[in-house]
Amino acid sequence: MEKIFTRPESLKNAVFHYCPGCGHSIVHRLICEIIDELNIQDKTIGVPPPGCSVFAYYYFDVDMIECPHGRGGAVATGIKRAAPDSVVFTYQGDGDLSAIGTAETIHAAARGENITAVFINNAVYGMTGGQMAPTTMQGMKTTTSPYGRDPEYEGHPIKMSEIIGQIEGACYVERVAVNTPANIRKAKRALKKAFMNQLEGKGYSLVEILSPCPTNWKMSPVESWKWVDEVMSKKFPLGIIKDTTGKTHAD
Amino acid sequence: MTGNAAIAEAAIRAGCQCYFGYPITPQTELAEYMAANLSRRPGCTFIQAESEIAAVNMVLGASVTGARAMTSSSSPGMSLKQEAISYMAASQLPAVIVNMSRGGPGLGSIAAAQSDYFQSTRGGGHGDYRTIVLAPSSVQELADETHNAFELADKYSIPVILLGDGMLGQMMEPVEFKHEAPEVPPVRQGGLRGAAGRPSRFIRSFTSNPDELEELNWSLYRRYQQIHEKETRCEKFMTDDAQLIVIAFGIAARIARGAITNARALGMNVGMFRPVTLWPFPKNQLKELSKTAKYFLNFEMNMGQMIDDVKLSLEGNGDVTFYGRPGGVIPTSSEVLRVITRLYYQKGLNS
Repeated sequence: MEKIFTRPESLKNAVFHYCPGCGHSIVHRLICEIIDELNIQDKTIGVPPPGCSVFAYYYFDVDMIECPHGRGGAVATGIKRAAPDSVVFTYQGDGDLSAIGTAETIHAAARGENITAVFINNAVYGMTGGQMAPTTMQGMKTTTSPYGRDPEYEGHPIKMSEIIGQIEGACYVERVAVNTPANIRKAKRALKKAFMNQLEGKGYSLVEILSPCPTNWKMSPVESWKWVDEVMSKKFPLGIIKDTTGKTHAD
Repeated sequence: MTGNAAIAEAAIRAGCQCYFGYPITPQTELAEYMAANLSRRPGCTFIQAESEIAAVNMVLGASVTGARAMTSSSSPGMSLKQEAISYMAASQLPAVIVNMSRGGPGLGSIAAAQSDYFQSTRGGGHGDYRTIVLAPSSVQELADETHNAFELADKYSIPVILLGDGMLGQMMEPVEFKHEAPEVPPVRQGGLRGAAGRPSRFIRSFTSNPDELEELNWSLYRRYQQIHEKETRCEKFMTDDAQLIVIAFGIAARIARGAITNARALGMNVGMFRPVTLWPFPKNQLKELSKTAKYFLNFEMNMGQMIDDVKLSLEGNGDVTFYGRPGGVIPTSSEVLRVITRLYYQKGLNS
């Protein structure tokens, strides 16, 4: 019998520690499928952050360096400049990429570093237990915005992809989601393109992924998938934000 | 050549492939030299980063691949670099970090000071770790110790701090470089460049298991002990018959040397003990001197920081007096001579 679905070679045979319904494991798998398809397992270096995905190296069967919180853009720059033949991707959460690491992210893009940034936006700080993130929606309750995020008091969510889209050095910015099978397929196309851009030396690519966090959203997985469609993607619209590569989707 | 340029040239000759910096007085000429000279070398990289934090994290990234990498800064910028230095210590990544220090605290002044001794020798960032700290006292030594810094960093997989100051960085002296730049920068074995022909590897500093982290701390501790045994260096100047020994490092030792030479000409039996490695501190060598000399004058350009190590090393032996000028004030050699003379007579050493 022909095997039509299997674990990607670059995904280790390990049980994910992520909560039921979490988007991380889906994104891990997508990236590993792409690494296999592009045949780059032996030259890829991943840069995971502190946060829920701090143990990403237990799952990705590629070289990885766990870096200081928010500094992925700078660490990846150092790696890529020192070893230009490697394929370097950062894996960053919303707190990492759009709060503590805002400067490193913006300037890696501005320099047009030839790297791929994977940005997991789940609107909360996950690992520390659901605190307000820069991407937390207005009205959303978190442990540090217990009365609901009030723009008058806690300010507004930040749209990092739109900011990066303004930067000349960024060649490709797209926002996708992993809440439905159709969206997961689109997410994979975007991620693949972001890796191919690097292989073709086109510069900085960013893929923002709206990713459910049922545990900290206090929802069931099914409710959280709906919430991505009905609430989150209204504030963070899906689609291509910038593309100067002159190509359509990878496949 | 200025001290800053000498460090940059020596780094290139030591095979530094990547330099990441940020402008701050009084070390900016180092970054400028790298921008002009390193960036044009094949395979080498210069980046003016968006911050000290980004610069040192780029060093971390380059070091991951096995490349020789360096950043430089001055005191306020060094505070920002401590986070990544702690991570590199934990991840056992070599790096060379230059601090051409200036007066503090806060934004302080742009003049030379030695007030970063504590920060440099106590780890500096969070966690239980050490860095090797080298303290040159001339432009020639800046060049020599830059080379040593890269060798030591690779040998022990540890961040090495080259601690100078604004005066050493800015002053011009003749310098002889003992090495030629390699045509291809060296690459350390064991770096991450993709898992070609081997299983994938990861480098991390986080573990949720305290037992694992305890073992990491023990293994770092054992390495630090080894460094203490093998890499401790000091200079003794006219100490054999000295009744009073001045203890100073870096540019302060340079100033003290002139004072001691003049004191000798005036018939005073004075010598100098200069730690070259501030960590590991040459405690045994200093303690040994307390067998022949009873009086010590600890001279620093701060309010008294190395004196803690001096007293710990002497273990109660000897009579230690402190003289310091903080804030970026540069004491003159004749000022130090006055202090030596006063102490010499107060302690009755002239009789």
